[in-house]
Amino acid sequence: MQIESPNILLIVVAAVVMVLYVFTNSAVLVWVERKVSAHIQRRPGPFEVGPFGLLQTAIDGLKLMAKQLIIPGKADKRLFMLAPVLSFVPPIAALLTVPFGKVVQVQNLDIGILFILSLAALNVLAILIAGWASANKYSLFGAVRSVAQNIAYEIPLLLSLLTAVLWMGTLNLGELVDAQGGFWFVFTPFGFVAFLIYFVTGMAETNRAPFDLPEAESELTAGFHTEYSGMGFGLFFLGEYTNMILVSAIATSLFLGGYNLPFVTLNGEGVLWELIRVLIFLAKAYFLIFVMIWMRWTFPRVRFDQLLNLCWKVLIPFSLVNLAAAAIWIKAVGG
Amino acid sequence: MIQKPDPTQETLVLNMGPQHPSTHGVLRVVLHCDGEYVLDAEPVIGYGHRMHELIGEVRDHRGFYANVGRMDYGGALSFGHGHILAVERMLPDLEVPERAEYLRVITTELNRVASHLLWFGAFLLDLGAFTPILYSFDDREAILDLLEHVTGARLTFSYMRVGGVCADVDKDWCDGVLAFVKRMRDRIPMYHKLVSGNIIFRKRVEDVGLITRDMALKYGCTGPVIRGSGIPYDVRRSEPYSIYPELDFDIPTSERCDCMGRYDVRWAEIEQSLRIIEQAIAKLPEGPVMAEKVPKVIKAKGEVYQAVEAARGSLGYYIACDGSTSPYRMKIRVPSYSNLSILKELTRGILLSDLVAVMGSFDLVIPEIDR
Amino acid sequence: MLNYFKEIFVGIKSLLIGMKVTAFYGTKRTITAHYPFEKIPVTLNFRGHIDLVVTKKGYHKCITCGMCERACPSGCITLDSVKPEGAKKKKLTGYTLDFTKCSLCGNCVETCPTNAIKYSNDYYLVGTSRHDFHFDLLDRAMKAAEEMGIEWTEPVEKPKEPKEPQAEGGESPSPAGA
Repeated sequence: MQIESPNILLIVVAAVVMVLYVFTNSAVLVWVERKVSAHIQRRPGPFEVGPFGLLQTAIDGLKLMAKQLIIPGKADKRLFMLAPVLSFVPPIAALLTVPFGKVVQVQNLDIGILFILSLAALNVLAILIAGWASANKYSLFGAVRSVAQNIAYEIPLLLSLLTAVLWMGTLNLGELVDAQGGFWFVFTPFGFVAFLIYFVTGMAETNRAPFDLPEAESELTAGFHTEYSGMGFGLFFLGEYTNMILVSAIATSLFLGGYNLPFVTLNGEGVLWELIRVLIFLAKAYFLIFVMIWMRWTFPRVRFDQLLNLCWKVLIPFSLVNLAAAAIWIKAVGG
Repeated sequence: MIQKPDPTQETLVLNMGPQHPSTHGVLRVVLHCDGEYVLDAEPVIGYGHRMHELIGEVRDHRGFYANVGRMDYGGALSFGHGHILAVERMLPDLEVPERAEYLRVITTELNRVASHLLWFGAFLLDLGAFTPILYSFDDREAILDLLEHVTGARLTFSYMRVGGVCADVDKDWCDGVLAFVKRMRDRIPMYHKLVSGNIIFRKRVEDVGLITRDMALKYGCTGPVIRGSGIPYDVRRSEPYSIYPELDFDIPTSERCDCMGRYDVRWAEIEQSLRIIEQAIAKLPEGPVMAEKVPKVIKAKGEVYQAVEAARGSLGYYIACDGSTSPYRMKIRVPSYSNLSILKELTRGILLSDLVAVMGSFDLVIPEIDR
Repeated sequence: MLNYFKEIFVGIKSLLIGMKVTAFYGTKRTITAHYPFEKIPVTLNFRGHIDLVVTKKGYHKCITCGMCERACPSGCITLDSVKPEGAKKKKLTGYTLDFTKCSLCGNCVETCPTNAIKYSNDYYLVGTSRHDFHFDLLDRAMKAAEEMGIEWTEPVEKPKEPKEPQAEGGESPSPAGA
């Protein structure tokens, strides 16, 4: 493969577009979450501002921006300011390598998966810094929980992704999607198990209920972002929703055939075909997000040690066995 | 006494409350933590102290009607019931009509169901599930509508009167109650599907907060807390009052002794309350709801202790009167106070998350503790 | 080992059952009332703050005995009355309710010998200052009479006429029941 020099201009433009996308995505997702949760709980949710309350999140965003940023007196000011940014920027950078379509992909890295995972790991750092810098005991508890949780969850997450990588034989996200074609990886038994494990660990990765231990507002008031107000809190919020789209985008590319329909490979040329592909990709990703939201509003929160038990006693053995079985299958049958 | 933190020990002092999402009001718990493990939990009460007992000593007996509901916002009617029964026992000439007693029991049991539904929602909220509270409030609203129709209020009812109750019911209301009983019976399986069977929920509550029989007896726990430890103590059966001896109902207990046991007991109690309501409606006699000769000014003499079974356990009114219009001394034994006292021993060495689950399973009402 | 797999299976099944329940209710219609646009009908038995009963003749029934004032545990009721020169009965000149102190026990209504006070149905009571809840019930009763189309008429005491010839209260529905 020939080494291309990256087109700086393209990347800058794409990054701006991606930031805009992330903002609108979060606004829409917050609205969706509020609507879904409301209807599950048999209430209408936001419906005052704009049609169906669509502008509610925009107004909320404005409110957050207008609010005063309060920094606690004993907090480490620099770290305190750094943490929200750190939770918000890496997922955006990671999204730059996600293949939304055949062409709609900012940078197709050969080590795409590794790049995304290394950036996703920064999220823990952000929470740790936030919890430490707040000089609040509840925040510190949240931060400590977050670290333990992520150390445990990164392993099955990586193992399940490794199964996909092993199966398709590449780390390049674009090639991973192409390698599946219409026959999604999730249709194979190994893929199915790996997908389930990935989905559970992905939920833990985004710190969402039932794995929202760093927040755990009935135990730790608000966990790591107890002391954050205004846009500091807003950035954590944005980061959470961006992480959600990132996790489901990876699941879509690796397990659900990316922009391909089941058993149909879409190889058409032209803008229209590309648009269809992007829409299919987004539909899959947003469906996964919908399931995440649905689960969040159904289940209680797991306990800290149970989460680790689940990880070490169930998810890691299963993903290891799954990986080994997939490897044997490839060796025996020739994948 | 609150223990001073010892600087030589590597423990963390965490002030949980008085403003904390899962202390259900202004309860403060001082925790000494080793990491996530709670070494010592010391409840500090009194932030919501409103001197209800003293008010009861200054006002006349009727003047206390409104206060009883303010002590326990969840089950205001049983608090009223206890007070009225205590005062009536000091007036031997007073004959309370039977219909009034039936109405007292029906409304109190409806209120008990409402209180348990409120607890259910709040408990699940403590465990991090948001949706069950909205479902249980749906049913609770139906009860409150019914109660509002007869008592005229939705939370602090002041329905009980010396000599009877303040409002009568009609046939439509009884039909409404029966319709509610049916609706609630249909809804119970849904709650069990959504919550009771849920693996995450079961893991959170099973074998957490084990109260042995001895412990429960030693600390004077009552209500679902002691019945969750396998002791069938219920004031409605052990010291029968009102028309409860005429009704057929069971005292549900659980041998589990943990949070799950208390959870099971409360759900079984809801079913028993529905049974009681059904029987009482069927037996509801005709007649007046207020005694004929109620003295205009109540001048009681003597002392009484009247216990009733409130939603959270045994509730006792001790009233001593010296013949004047207001009591000489009033002491109220509230169930949550004794139930809370076990917290210190129970939570030694458990996780912070479990502490929240244990406190949720007690169904604490802080205004009742502080009075 | 078997237990291990069984627990995983049962656990996943219980989670799916829970999701089914929320999905079921998620598709059903909402049950909340959109408050400012929709109002839930108030039950007739609702106990709001007290009001003076307006009789068909366009007056109140209060005889200023002061029972309610004494019965009120919080001391919210203040009665003002004068005894005009030569008259037999006292005349009510002011009935003030401090609703900020009231806890709606209902003792005043029950103790009233002439049933002169009743519960109002003011469910959606709001105010911007505490003075908004110091009600002058006499004034309210006059306004209520005006709304009902009854003229506020003070009964003439001395000449003991049985009834006013006009039966004006007959048509307009008045809550002044028995």
